[in-house]
Amino acid sequence: MQTLNAMHSKKPDKIPMKNINETVYVTSGADAAAAASNTLRADVKSLSFWYGENRALSSVSMPVWDRKITALIGPSGCGKSTLLRSFNRMHDLYPGNRYDGEIRLYPEDRNLIEMDPGLVRLRVGMVFQKPNPFPKSIFENVAAGLRVRGIHRRAVLDERVEKSLKDAALWNEVKDRMHDSAYSLSGGQQQRLCIARALAPQPDLLLLDEPTSALDPIATAKIEDLLTGLRQSVTVIIVTHNMQQAARISDLTGYMHMGELIEYGDTGELFTNPREKRTSDYITGRFG
Amino acid sequence: MASSPGKQPAQPELESIVRGNRRSDLVMAGIGMIVLLVAMALLAAVFIDLAVKGWPRLINPDFYINFPSRHPEQAGILSAAVGTTLVMLVTALVAIPLGVAAGVYLEEYAARSWITDVIEINVSNLAGVPSIIYGLLALGLFVHAFGLGETILTAGLVLALLILPVIIVATREAIRSIPLELREAAYGLGADKWQTVRLYVLPAARPGILTGAIVGLARAIGEAAPVITIGALTFIAFLPPPPVQAQPPFINFEWLSSPFTVMPIQLFNWVSRPQAEFHINAAATGVVLMVMTLGMNGLAIYIRYRLRRDAR
Amino acid sequence: MTNAASVVIEVQHNRSFGGASEKFLRRRAMQAAIARCILFAAAAASVLVTVGIVYVLVTESASFFSHVSIRDFLTDTQWTPVFENARFGVMTLVSATLTVAGIALAFAVPAGMALAIYLSEYARPGIRETVKPFLELLEGVPTVVYGFFAVLFVTPLLQIFLPELSGFNLLAPGLVMGIMILPYTASVSEDAMRAVPMGLREAGYALGYSRFRVAAQVVIPAALSGITAAFILGMSRAVGETMVVAVAAGQNPNFGFDPMEGAATITAYIVQMAMGDLPHGSIAYQSVFGAGIVLFVITLIFNVLGFYMRRRFREVY
Repeated sequence: MQTLNAMHSKKPDKIPMKNINETVYVTSGADAAAAASNTLRADVKSLSFWYGENRALSSVSMPVWDRKITALIGPSGCGKSTLLRSFNRMHDLYPGNRYDGEIRLYPEDRNLIEMDPGLVRLRVGMVFQKPNPFPKSIFENVAAGLRVRGIHRRAVLDERVEKSLKDAALWNEVKDRMHDSAYSLSGGQQQRLCIARALAPQPDLLLLDEPTSALDPIATAKIEDLLTGLRQSVTVIIVTHNMQQAARISDLTGYMHMGELIEYGDTGELFTNPREKRTSDYITGRFG
Repeated sequence: MASSPGKQPAQPELESIVRGNRRSDLVMAGIGMIVLLVAMALLAAVFIDLAVKGWPRLINPDFYINFPSRHPEQAGILSAAVGTTLVMLVTALVAIPLGVAAGVYLEEYAARSWITDVIEINVSNLAGVPSIIYGLLALGLFVHAFGLGETILTAGLVLALLILPVIIVATREAIRSIPLELREAAYGLGADKWQTVRLYVLPAARPGILTGAIVGLARAIGEAAPVITIGALTFIAFLPPPPVQAQPPFINFEWLSSPFTVMPIQLFNWVSRPQAEFHINAAATGVVLMVMTLGMNGLAIYIRYRLRRDAR
Repeated sequence: MTNAASVVIEVQHNRSFGGASEKFLRRRAMQAAIARCILFAAAAASVLVTVGIVYVLVTESASFFSHVSIRDFLTDTQWTPVFENARFGVMTLVSATLTVAGIALAFAVPAGMALAIYLSEYARPGIRETVKPFLELLEGVPTVVYGFFAVLFVTPLLQIFLPELSGFNLLAPGLVMGIMILPYTASVSEDAMRAVPMGLREAGYALGYSRFRVAAQVVIPAALSGITAAFILGMSRAVGETMVVAVAAGQNPNFGFDPMEGAATITAYIVQMAMGDLPHGSIAYQSVFGAGIVLFVITLIFNVLGFYMRRRFREVY
């Protein structure tokens, strides 16, 4: 409750960081055991972020578990996309942005905020809000990430492209038209193509930024299915506007509000028994 | 699949890719910079070449007050400078009202119809017609069919038509940038469309239109091809009658039908002579022309920069 | 009757609210109608310019083609309009025109692309904001000045390395014309590249692409029709450019594509004829319009092509 009061104080900046940013971490007994047996893929440690003068993230801390789907939810402008885009240093493309804090990348335990952004992006894949295939063939879109890693052998490309398209549940729809333009696909297919493109280089971490917000319900269901199918093999962080989606597909959920991670933990726990009033207000629809 | 350690690309491999990326980026940025520097160096070379070659004439006051002459060291640009001024007067008086009116019509009045489409395609096509084709238009139509002859009026008209698209486009862009709130405020007062345009939109768009007019006139000053085509003389050792006079009616239109020459033609004439002494005159004329056109373009860019800064 | 009544009611309505008199409102409506007519006339006048151009070119060259067969015009390789035995093979002029424009493009395409990529993908916003006006400034240099530069600076300079280069040649004006269209092509292609949505670039960067790779494999393919339009329109400018070739390319109509020798282009020929005092109505006078209509058609094809490509590009983004 002390934390809550601090949050509602009019000048939160004056309050020492420790107090305002006390994220509540929830875990059920069973999941705590599972988590203990699991390994860390990444670990966010008091990360803050500024767009010029505007602070978009305040001291967020969050472990990312290997081969789990982690969902980030929260109202518009809460910083969930900002946090997501920090994982592959997308912010570095635009001037005037600044990070403070760490995102440790495992197994080698390096702070990715201090790594070369190009190197980070070779290891962390991303799928965007709007499908953004390149103006090339379907095959070349999926192969793009392999080619940039110097893989040009046809046999390897064919195999990896096919596997990624199967993982993205798109193979059956496109296997006879691999050399058609990617723009000939429907919006939902384009987004699955983008997922295949991100999967092909076997990223350590896959970021999804509201991947279904531009799609119709049927296409959304297909993407949710494929994500569920990936949960045992890939580490995924997904930002979503849609709480049901988070509840359906994720293992862990973080609720963000005004640049802070309010509550983070096991998805079932968080949705059925939130510890924070703001979280329960949001998930019951009283706010946001 | 991502986490199966066997398949994961080895770290050093990725780092060598990143190094390769950095190298290609550096090379590309370097090439871009070099092209940019070469372009700047070329502009400097054009100007310095002219200034150095033309220097002896540029510092001689006679150059500015003498007529052209068979003796290069006595030749001057007086008649060309006066000719350019008078031709530009005609051009501005024709092109600016016509271009602004057409721009206002297209932006404020034109309904979506095939007539509007024809006019719009026409304007963008006119912008791409080579200037010498305008010269042929003037030669066939103004000089011979209308009987206007090889006069200041003909030259002014043809250059006005040439820069018309520039002014139309600038007017449209300026009007488009006027916020909707301003119009709504005017209509809210009970103004009708014409009042809104005349009293609120056009005054607000004035700096943008001015920019377009300056750029257009700068282009007209430097144009030689259409004026040569109508058959402008190159050797003019007299001045046209002045447009204003002391006796009533104070304004005199005889100058419009006077033969003339302009500075780009004078330059062309001198650079085409075999004697190197005339090239000095050509270079000096080039400096004067460049100072005028670059000065006008610079002024237009500055006005636009101020506009953008104020808009923020 | 009902109409008139409703007008009266409306006027009274206005009077009671705005205090504007009936007379004033009628005058205002009249002014608005007149203004509208004048504005429309001005816009329509721009169409008359095109009509005038086509009319003049067609009528004057019609009498030209009544003396010269179109077949000879297009196939003969001699252009000797003022000789006793006049011959009118326009390909002579076209070959020189295309050679100069080709050289210009050979320079302007790689340089313009490099500059556009640099400005759109590499340069910091501050640099871009400074360079763009500078490019505009370069566009404002009078072409006759470039002609001076070509004949009295570039040609002597090239002759140091190519001693066999003639005093009048196609190489120097071609290169200078390349410099001349560079700002235009660079700035239009840069606009096209910048119009490519950021999301597409982010897709590339998210895969670990370098800037160069993003430019070469994402931005350029996406902006290709816009970039092509820039160079087609640049080509059109080079074909129609007059003063540089009139000063530096010489006036001999030679059929061929040798850049080391001088040759008259279409535009240079028109200038040359206009400088001499041609009797109105003579065949030599009409040949100017014959050459002019060829120039007009060539540039029109380029312009329509460029216009179409640009429009297609705008439809995508």
